[in-house]
Amino acid sequence: MSSRTNISCLQEAKRVAIFGGTHGNEMSGITLVNMWIQNSAEIERNGLVIKPFISNPRAVEKCTRYIDTDLNRAFTPENLSAPDVEGLPYEVQRAKEMNRMFGPKGSSDAYDAIFDLHNTTSNMGSTLILESSTDLFNLQMVHYIKKAMAPHTCSVLLNEHPQLKYSTTRSVAKHPIGLEVGPQPQGVLRSNVFEFMRTILKHALDFIELFNSGVEFPPCTVDVFRVQERMDYPRDTNGNITAMVHPHLQDCDWEPLNRGDPMFLTFDGRTVLYEGANTVYPTFINEAAYYEKQQAFMTTCREILAANAIRKACK
Amino acid sequence: MKAVAMPTVSRVAVCGGTHGNELAGIYLVREMLKKRADGTEPVSVVTVMSNPRAAQLCVRYVETDLNRCFTRAALSAPVSETSPYEMVRSQELNALLGPKASMQAVDLLCDLHNTTANTGLCLITYSDRDWICLHICKHLQARTNTKMASTPVRYVHFDIPLNEAYSLDSVGKHGFAMEIGPQPHGVVRSVIFSAMQEGVQLMMDWICQFNSGTLFEGGWVDVYTMVKNIDYPRDSETHVITAAVHPDLQDRDFCLLHPGDPMFLCFSGETLRYRGKEALYPFFINEGAYYEKGVALSLARKRRVQIPSVRSETLR
Repeated sequence: MSSRTNISCLQEAKRVAIFGGTHGNEMSGITLVNMWIQNSAEIERNGLVIKPFISNPRAVEKCTRYIDTDLNRAFTPENLSAPDVEGLPYEVQRAKEMNRMFGPKGSSDAYDAIFDLHNTTSNMGSTLILESSTDLFNLQMVHYIKKAMAPHTCSVLLNEHPQLKYSTTRSVAKHPIGLEVGPQPQGVLRSNVFEFMRTILKHALDFIELFNSGVEFPPCTVDVFRVQERMDYPRDTNGNITAMVHPHLQDCDWEPLNRGDPMFLTFDGRTVLYEGANTVYPTFINEAAYYEKQQAFMTTCREILAANAIRKACK
Repeated sequence: MKAVAMPTVSRVAVCGGTHGNELAGIYLVREMLKKRADGTEPVSVVTVMSNPRAAQLCVRYVETDLNRCFTRAALSAPVSETSPYEMVRSQELNALLGPKASMQAVDLLCDLHNTTANTGLCLITYSDRDWICLHICKHLQARTNTKMASTPVRYVHFDIPLNEAYSLDSVGKHGFAMEIGPQPHGVVRSVIFSAMQEGVQLMMDWICQFNSGTLFEGGWVDVYTMVKNIDYPRDSETHVITAAVHPDLQDRDFCLLHPGDPMFLCFSGETLRYRGKEALYPFFINEGAYYEKGVALSLARKRRVQIPSVRSETLR
């Protein structure tokens, strides 16, 4: 075994944003961001510019997920480069505006880190969502957060799937992190969910402050769940669902699903079994917003990602 | 108490989708509509999707809450093309299933609802002496060894005179909302769907037995009568809420709330406590649709109500 240490020197993270209300009915993030816009004391950190921001104010006003189209799918290259014409969907206009404020996506002017706050009706607990398996800064941050939150579990979802990956609001940043806490119904604020999200953010900002101050973080590994497949409900020829998530699967996010396990229960009482060859770990089980996206749950597989030691690059 | 003879419950209405995002009732009504009546049913049941436009969009309502449009004033207000959709619809439903307070109204109207609150199954009505509704409640409470067995069943009463009663269930001669939670809006949970399906089935079983002359023994039913609503603490200028329902109260519907018990946990960390003098039963704790109505929870008084034996009066 080599005894040579491998430390990645990374750029300081000076500009950080916290987005709430990317979906206008996911109340924890909306409440936190509005609170911090009023009084930012809790989120202030030395040497860091931290901007709390309501992504979709019109949707927040109506307490609805979106007005014209899902903002969290709207940051595609096509949308971001669309000309400024009348009649663009509200969220596409908003995506372009936010790309100007916090991006441009992919450029060196983009914000260093963006935390995008979400809730889910699924029983996912506290989940951190990553879009890259090679972003060392994010891997180290997630490792730090998990340790700090213990014994409360933080699961890590990695969506690097070429077809299922989507253009998120946070993707304008160099280091995008999704925070997804559930279960919480849309339009509802649950105290425990709110406080978990608040605490996760506190640890995330602590990490960035420590990193910027020159602290070296040793090599680490992170257990992640890697997105595999989207599973839809059984539907009839009119597109209406004909079954519900089976009671044995309901609320069992992150637990193994094996071939032959119950998956759906039809309205007339018949059980549909999971037929996949391999054990998978389902998540986003019965998320309200995904009925229209043809998704009853997502399958994942477990993986261990390794991250080099990191420290702030010397000038 | 002396046995009471009552008219048969010959015409029943089962309504779902009064709120378009309360999915158990919507899917149950869709399933019931698929089964064609073949004329052999012992009871005539009309199954209705109350707010089809809202159900299509999976929203609570399109312009205004349909389940507040059934007061006498709303039902007799002139409607035009510019009237809110739900105001027009409530009058259509009143013509179909009512008219409210008339002899033509359906005998029993069961309106299916879900709530984000941890209420279990509640029959919500405007009367605490409607023996039909109370007996149906007793019948549901008595079921054992079924899928529903773990779902508590309770009788909730809003003491509002019929004219001012604002919900769809007030259109029938007898009526109640069958409210089941917890379920997020826009989601169908199979356990909740099954409980609702079974609740409706048990209701129909009772009605059939009642109509064929069965004597149902009297007894006692706990009735929760709504006393008051409590709003969230709000910022005096912006009206924005400044606290969430306290973790010790969240999900504790129908657990007695004593003076001094925690009620809200402020974002600042402060705990706000229940300041009432009387211990009351909270319900509809943290219902998503009630933020805009200024209701964090409702409080009820519980009392035991004696109900007489009943039998249908057409049997000789």
